[in-house]
Amino acid sequence: MPSLKKPTLAVWKFASCDGCQLSLLDCEDELLAVADAVQIANFPEASRAVQKGPYDISLVEGSITTPHDAERIHKVRRSSRYLISIGSCSTAGGIQGLRNFANVKAFTNTVYAHPEYISTLKKSTPISDHVQVDYELRGCPVNKYQLLELLSALINNRKPVISAHSVCLECKMKGNPCIMVAHGTPCLGPVTHAGCDALCPSYNRGCFGCYGPKETAEPASLSRRMAEFHNVRKPELVHLYRSYNAVADEFKKESESHETD
Amino acid sequence: MKQTKTLKVDYLARVEGEGGMTVKMSGDKVTEVRLNIFEPPRFFEAFLKGRSYKEVPDITSRICGICPIAYQSSSIQAMEQILGIEVNEQVRTLRRLMYCGEWIESHALHMFMLHAPDFLGYQDAIELAKDHPDEVKLGLFLKKTGNDLVNLVGGREIHPINMRVGGFYKLPTKAELNSLLDNLKKARDGSIKAIEFLATLEMPSLERDYEFVALRHESEYPIDSGRIISNKGIDIDISQFESHFTESHVEHSTSLHSKVIERGNYHVGPLARFNLNFDRLPLSIQSLAKSVGLEPECKNPFKSILIRGIELLYSFEESIRIIEQYERPDEAYVVHEPKAGVGYGCTEAPRGICWHRYEITDDGSVATARIVPPTSQNQGTIEDDLRQFVSENINMPEDDLTWRCEQAIRNYDPCISCSCHYLKLKFEQV
Repeated sequence: MPSLKKPTLAVWKFASCDGCQLSLLDCEDELLAVADAVQIANFPEASRAVQKGPYDISLVEGSITTPHDAERIHKVRRSSRYLISIGSCSTAGGIQGLRNFANVKAFTNTVYAHPEYISTLKKSTPISDHVQVDYELRGCPVNKYQLLELLSALINNRKPVISAHSVCLECKMKGNPCIMVAHGTPCLGPVTHAGCDALCPSYNRGCFGCYGPKETAEPASLSRRMAEFHNVRKPELVHLYRSYNAVADEFKKESESHETD
Repeated sequence: MKQTKTLKVDYLARVEGEGGMTVKMSGDKVTEVRLNIFEPPRFFEAFLKGRSYKEVPDITSRICGICPIAYQSSSIQAMEQILGIEVNEQVRTLRRLMYCGEWIESHALHMFMLHAPDFLGYQDAIELAKDHPDEVKLGLFLKKTGNDLVNLVGGREIHPINMRVGGFYKLPTKAELNSLLDNLKKARDGSIKAIEFLATLEMPSLERDYEFVALRHESEYPIDSGRIISNKGIDIDISQFESHFTESHVEHSTSLHSKVIERGNYHVGPLARFNLNFDRLPLSIQSLAKSVGLEPECKNPFKSILIRGIELLYSFEESIRIIEQYERPDEAYVVHEPKAGVGYGCTEAPRGICWHRYEITDDGSVATARIVPPTSQNQGTIEDDLRQFVSENINMPEDDLTWRCEQAIRNYDPCISCSCHYLKLKFEQV
């Protein structure tokens, strides 16, 4: 990125809980330094002042769930040099992606108090289904230090150092005893993307996949192990894979393979 | 012909989520006020159906990245009611400690980063920091102290993972909690400085005869439990909420509007809590509040920034008290079996009461869920405030008046993301 002028930063919100963009404001120790390194040009949650695009870096939070947003994301793409999806909603459709599995047979009629006031799509989809995305930062929510690392890499024109291994490996590196082997607690650690520093296993609970599938995940063999050794039943397996990254390919296929009807 | 004017903000800044504002005037009369909420709805109640009661706190926390603990706490309260679980006092206060952390990070974020710039005429906190570096740095320090608390007890700041139905997954040690004390004490003193600073801000004038609604506990300032009361006669168990409050769907909002049945709009949040529970604050905080001109009934919504300061100080003092008396219990959670039933939860999110109702089947699956977040309850009141404020200031230059209206909306620290988790759905089984 040219070093003469500060790169401009824009932050965009689609369907989401706001938590991932909040991660930026949660960088209390670094926030003023970030504001020094980039020109915050369009970040409505933080500022009334909005500069016109184009922008060097756009951070996009949230998934596409309305016809209006499906158009708006193209405008964001056109006005952005780098477009970065942050968080599970934007990288994998988020928790609202659960609507994609709604059994239409079970609900013959879904009626709002005033359905005519509402315009919504049947499916919640990640940003990459609509436009080209330059980088995806995983997590529900994202790890704020990874977000800083990513911004720093973009500003300095280098590759971000963000590991792509599994939560399982993070756990080993921390020296945690395996909660699945030692306590029989179902855990998605072996198939989940790193980034949380094995948070849940460190708190005596199984990983529930906030960061979505890691590259080359093998959920089928993990499911087999959980079913055989730990008596995890099919409906539970479906729910295990079907949460905050339910629409991510590997998790979607795996949850569908355990559906009983 | 009368001159017509429209004040319009397409995309509100410094609020959480997506909303706008339209105020129409004809001559010296306000003819229309709308807080437009266009945040896409996310249908939480629909997809909670069929999920295990154990998953509910994690799922509902995703309604809001700013106040996930409120959603976790209200849903856990409801589930524990259904299952007949009574957690021990240490576990309860540990939950309250984590909730204090959420109040701190949320209030400090709002006061310094989102609201204070309005009072001093800055576009944002970064601009504010150029002229008032010490105050912004103080705000960031206070916020960080709250986040550190949530981080330690909850595992992470946003969507914490440690609280569960029955207790916690893992209890912190006394030494771990003690490690926070130095900063908490510094932050407590810092919050007094913050109040002194906020007290110098010029408050726009507006007084309204609100119906304030908040929780009321027999001895504590309300955070994690209590009855629902109002200054106009409501005094009910949380299970009676639906007999006294109703929600309706209006065209310009994807968030439902709540009303007190037969009376209308009401006000939840710091101003309501303060007015209804002033006597539950420690005497030292009561006198500090009086020294900066705050006493019930405070009816100026712009003063909410100052009341958040008072609640910030309270949260620091309460956190210190809880940590100092903490003794790690033997069991992190109560072992239990699922059973069918209906349960209610209501806690004080930073922005006001967050009410939940769940029906659970024998195997622990959710049959129905209903969630009423604070911001949807305040929508009607925000519009009423705008109507009166604009009527009283109709000759103010348009740009200034628009900005003041934005500031008036931000009095409520609206969390639009959470308010639109939901729309009324009717399911008809085949």
